[in-house]
Amino acid sequence: MFSWLDKPMELSTFLNMALGGVVVLAFILGVVTYTIYFERKIIGWMQWRIGPNRVGPLGLFQTIADVLKLLIKEDVIPAKADRNVFMIAPIIAFFPSFMVLAIIPFSATHIFTAASNVGVLYYIALSAMSILGVVLGGWASNNKYSLIGGMRSAAQMISYEVPLAMSMLGVVLLAGSLNLVEIVEQQKDFPYVWYIVPQALGFVIFIISAIAELNRTPFDLPEAESELVGGYFTEYTGFRFAFYMLAEYVYVFAMSALGTTLFLGGWEGPFLPGWLWFAIKVSAFIFFFFWVRATMPRIRTDQLLVFSWKVLIPLSLLNLVLTAVLKYLI
Amino acid sequence: MAEIRTEELLMNIGPQHPSTHGVLRVVVKVDGEIIRDAEPVVGYLHRGTEKLAEDLQYTQIIPYTDRMDYLGSMLNNHAIVNAVEKAMDLEVPERAEHLRVIVVELNRIASHLVFLGTYLLDLGAMSPFLYAFANREKIIDLFNRICGARLTFNYMRVGGVKWDAPEGWVQDVLDFVTHLRKEMNMFHELVTGNEIFLERVKGVGIYDADTALNYALSGINLRSTGFNWDLRKNKPYSIYDRFDFNVITGKNGDCYDRYMCHLDEIVESMKIVEQAAQQIPDGPVMGKVPKILRVPAGEYYAAVEGARGELGLYIVSEGKDKPYRIKWRRPSFVNLQILPKLLEGQSMSNLIAVLGAVDIVLGEVDA
Repeated sequence: MFSWLDKPMELSTFLNMALGGVVVLAFILGVVTYTIYFERKIIGWMQWRIGPNRVGPLGLFQTIADVLKLLIKEDVIPAKADRNVFMIAPIIAFFPSFMVLAIIPFSATHIFTAASNVGVLYYIALSAMSILGVVLGGWASNNKYSLIGGMRSAAQMISYEVPLAMSMLGVVLLAGSLNLVEIVEQQKDFPYVWYIVPQALGFVIFIISAIAELNRTPFDLPEAESELVGGYFTEYTGFRFAFYMLAEYVYVFAMSALGTTLFLGGWEGPFLPGWLWFAIKVSAFIFFFFWVRATMPRIRTDQLLVFSWKVLIPLSLLNLVLTAVLKYLI
Repeated sequence: MAEIRTEELLMNIGPQHPSTHGVLRVVVKVDGEIIRDAEPVVGYLHRGTEKLAEDLQYTQIIPYTDRMDYLGSMLNNHAIVNAVEKAMDLEVPERAEHLRVIVVELNRIASHLVFLGTYLLDLGAMSPFLYAFANREKIIDLFNRICGARLTFNYMRVGGVKWDAPEGWVQDVLDFVTHLRKEMNMFHELVTGNEIFLERVKGVGIYDADTALNYALSGINLRSTGFNWDLRKNKPYSIYDRFDFNVITGKNGDCYDRYMCHLDEIVESMKIVEQAAQQIPDGPVMGKVPKILRVPAGEYYAAVEGARGELGLYIVSEGKDKPYRIKWRRPSFVNLQILPKLLEGQSMSNLIAVLGAVDIVLGEVDA
């Protein structure tokens, strides 16, 4: 793998890296497009309906058509909105969602991803930035529903960042590294089980916090369409709305990839190539998110916060202590 | 440290809001997410049905009632034909009475299914909504076959029903009841046992029986407090005294009880439908009724148990073929009164949970 420190950068290496970035971006966009398609198909199947089936064979081009439609729609900015903030907020929300992908190790030969020594920290730090985009969007819209949605999301995301990060710390403790590549490799050597086994409690906390971080049902309070119409994106149309949607689905993928890396042994697995194992595990995660969405009603704001501060955080602390003891014993 | 300044927001929930079930507007003052004051504003859908009725012959009024509580058109039909028949002392053939009970109870089931679906949708769960509507669709298909309409069912006439049921219809009703029994179990598994759902509805929007009576609530909104009052039992009309069924009551008068009452009432209605379908006799479906109905001069009140409560009709007649004055007691309108009391001090999220559980239909609120 290329290292900045070993040799001066040449044009060819730079081009390689740039090309790599473009390939990963294009790949993620493709994944997101079909994640949306599969969400609609899977939830359609669970809810006794068909899902997209008109555009292209089996409705495969539905999302592409939707994206095209969103891109050419009129860009409406409310008269009394704070124009500059209103325009920049979706970008702030969506930027970090792509940046966190830089450290996700897709396979053993991870050509285009950074094997950063602080991978876990990098993910936590960057993903926290998206809150800003949501809160600013809600505030700048000059709409009361949006404002409440933005405020809710601030409270929610700050509350759930803590248990999310702490649930990852258990894995970090076991692996003795913040490097995601190393965490995967450790799981190969660790008494031959993935971290989901010794970190079962951490995994449960991770999954719950991840759903809350992703603003997905049952924690989709910032948009809560039955209470706040659309929450923070009520006033957003066309491609600005698309940016928010894109950020949300890229995060679904990123969070699933992170969970796979931390708890399910990343690309590890017998017979099949690494990248395929990775894809299978990520898909399982994403399917789980869809399944929860089709099953659960929405929790109430105060219950959500109470659940985080009084249940998840103490549990994640307990998990940390238990992990330390376990680590000491082996 | 200086105190942080907080500001009350005046918010309009509705009339275009997705959870106001039509065109209700609730003006709420919120402090953060806490509601300080709420006032329902109605009248966006007002069509003046009561005034229009003064210009119509009694038979001509029936189609207008289809559009009032548009989720329970059969029940509205029943209310008016029942009132006119009582006022004129008309006989209804046995077969017609049985058919009426079947369609009315099926309509009650359909209406409660819409409640279940939309209530869960209000609480953020989409699947139960589609499951409920898929089952309601089967009832609508049955109604489509018997009266030709899919929403504004218009089946009853003063003195009977318009047509006899088509071939095999009664058997299909029985099959549907068997099918729905299984589906209700699924509802309990999916929704009633769900922790998040229970957290959202238990202990929310509580009032006691006295309060309910003071606000003149009826139907499930009253029964959820434990007060046993159902016109089908307490003031029997039609042939309800012949059937074996229970009046479902709650205990605490909270949103959970109202939800459970809806579910359990569906089961009771299925019992009635089954009994009526099994006992249905042969014979005519229309009694001997004069061509032009003239209600004797006087004042009359008759009520049926609608899906949302006491659906009453007050008729002032001068002995002509048209009413001098006609006034509906519309349960949704009356039940809505308690909303400000329930909402004060609640959070915004509870607004939706409370409003949904009151189960209003705006067509009936505004009439």
